[in-house]
Amino acid sequence: MTERIAGAVLGTETEFGITIRNQPEFNPVLASSLVINSYAGSRARIQWSYEEESPGRDARGFGYEPAPMADFESGLVNVVLTNGARLYVDHAHPEYSTPESTDPLEAALHDKAGEIVLERAAEAAGSALAPEERLLIHKNNSDGKGNSYGAHENYLVARSVPFGELVRHLTPFFVSRQIVTGSGKVGSENGRPDVDFQITQRADFFEEEVGLETTLKRPIVNTRDEPHADPTKYRRLHVIIGDANLSETQIFLKLATTRLVLEAIEAGTLGDPVTLTDPVESVWRVSHDPTLATTIRRSDGSSISAIELQWHYLETIAKHAEMEGVSDVDGRALAEWEETLELLESDPRSAADRLDWAAKLDLLEQYRERDGLTWTDPKLRLVDLQYHDVDRSKGLYHQLVGAGRMRRLFTDDEVAQAAITPPDATRAYFRGRCVEKFGSAIVAANWDSLIFDVGEDALKRVPMMEPRRGGRSMVGALIDGSDTAADLVHALGGSDG
Amino acid sequence: MAEQERKQTQREETTEEVTETAEASSPVGEELAEKIDDLLDEIDSVLEENAEEFVKNYVQKGGE
Repeated sequence: MTERIAGAVLGTETEFGITIRNQPEFNPVLASSLVINSYAGSRARIQWSYEEESPGRDARGFGYEPAPMADFESGLVNVVLTNGARLYVDHAHPEYSTPESTDPLEAALHDKAGEIVLERAAEAAGSALAPEERLLIHKNNSDGKGNSYGAHENYLVARSVPFGELVRHLTPFFVSRQIVTGSGKVGSENGRPDVDFQITQRADFFEEEVGLETTLKRPIVNTRDEPHADPTKYRRLHVIIGDANLSETQIFLKLATTRLVLEAIEAGTLGDPVTLTDPVESVWRVSHDPTLATTIRRSDGSSISAIELQWHYLETIAKHAEMEGVSDVDGRALAEWEETLELLESDPRSAADRLDWAAKLDLLEQYRERDGLTWTDPKLRLVDLQYHDVDRSKGLYHQLVGAGRMRRLFTDDEVAQAAITPPDATRAYFRGRCVEKFGSAIVAANWDSLIFDVGEDALKRVPMMEPRRGGRSMVGALIDGSDTAADLVHALGGSDG
Repeated sequence: MAEQERKQTQREETTEEVTETAEASSPVGEELAEKIDDLLDEIDSVLEENAEEFVKNYVQKGGE
């Protein structure tokens, strides 16, 4: 049997909205830097190395080699955390990239941990502000005025799967999964038709079917080919058509169902792809209809709804799962997926305990009913924005959690633990543990290497081109048994070349 | 697993409420409406002041 690679490693990157109350002229880049620099959980302020990897050299496994000296980009605010995550300023936003995980449930937990990190960082940053000023962080993707920022997912995919195959199968999946991945938004943007409320934050911003861009002319399928791993074996599928989610169930569903589809593409079990006449138009048309009645045109002249498309993927995958068996986490994902589609089919608002867009819509409708508000009322826009505030005493998602209205997958303790502890089964374990124990000896880091200064002439670079190597079972004892970074680096072996 | 049980209980409650409401339209329906009002009152107490100004000033730079 061939090794299954699709989705074997996954993670998310989230750009958070940032604002300071009572400081209208605030500079978002400086404010973001302040947030990152204020985070007490950081043991080391480590430079991020953007050096290009050379495939031949990096295909080898663990070990160290002399590091080139002058290739670190300096001056950027960047922190590598003890959980293996990266916290930094990207454009004018604080951004959190989760550590690599092998399990969609664990990846969802680490996505939630990012909120805690930002909540704590914002709280610490607040002490540097004037008393009347307040720094707010939102896990959202739009300011409602035509500016969007991303929530991206990353999945390891076998290089041997033709990219065209991915595009053909993923396009209709991404168009339809919006009903499962949306965080909801009042109104529309970017020149799209007016609408009271729509399912996603991001649909209005997608303008191409396939492409490299992420900041303008955003494509449904992004072609960024930067595997941060052995490029002869792997591709990193960079998914940009998703919303930042607060609901734990929803983050899990988003990651787990997408991984299941990638596995099915890799295994060749999805059959002929459904082709849509106009995928870009379909993206916003699906998002603009929270009743889920909208149908989109297929190339064969027929029409199909987003929910029917989702059932198509679920049923095809479940049929194979029945024959071949599935892991516990995939079984759980299939059951959750089915239950969610059933709820959406009966009444979208019945999914208010598990999908952000449904929870938000339900809340907004309650406000409309009680206060007689029209959809253009600023109060509804405020409710929309504040749903995403990561401050647990202010965020409306958290108020719903407090009222027992949101279904949870994790305890507060589990989320807090994930904010400081790396996953066991990937190189994030090595990265996180080294930052925790030998932080002062790490001079630079990126996804696929760490560079140590162990007090010798040459810096020592430890390449990590295999994302699934460097976990607890491989290096846990080695790290435990090393008193210094020098001990560790020499125990890892390698050559001074 | 506790999650599953809780969900099931919630569902049963919902079903009961619907049945009762159909039989004797008032008490449970009122209770539900009260619960919703309580939640909105709670949310009102944490909502940012001056919605219009807040929404107007909430401007982000594009990212990604």
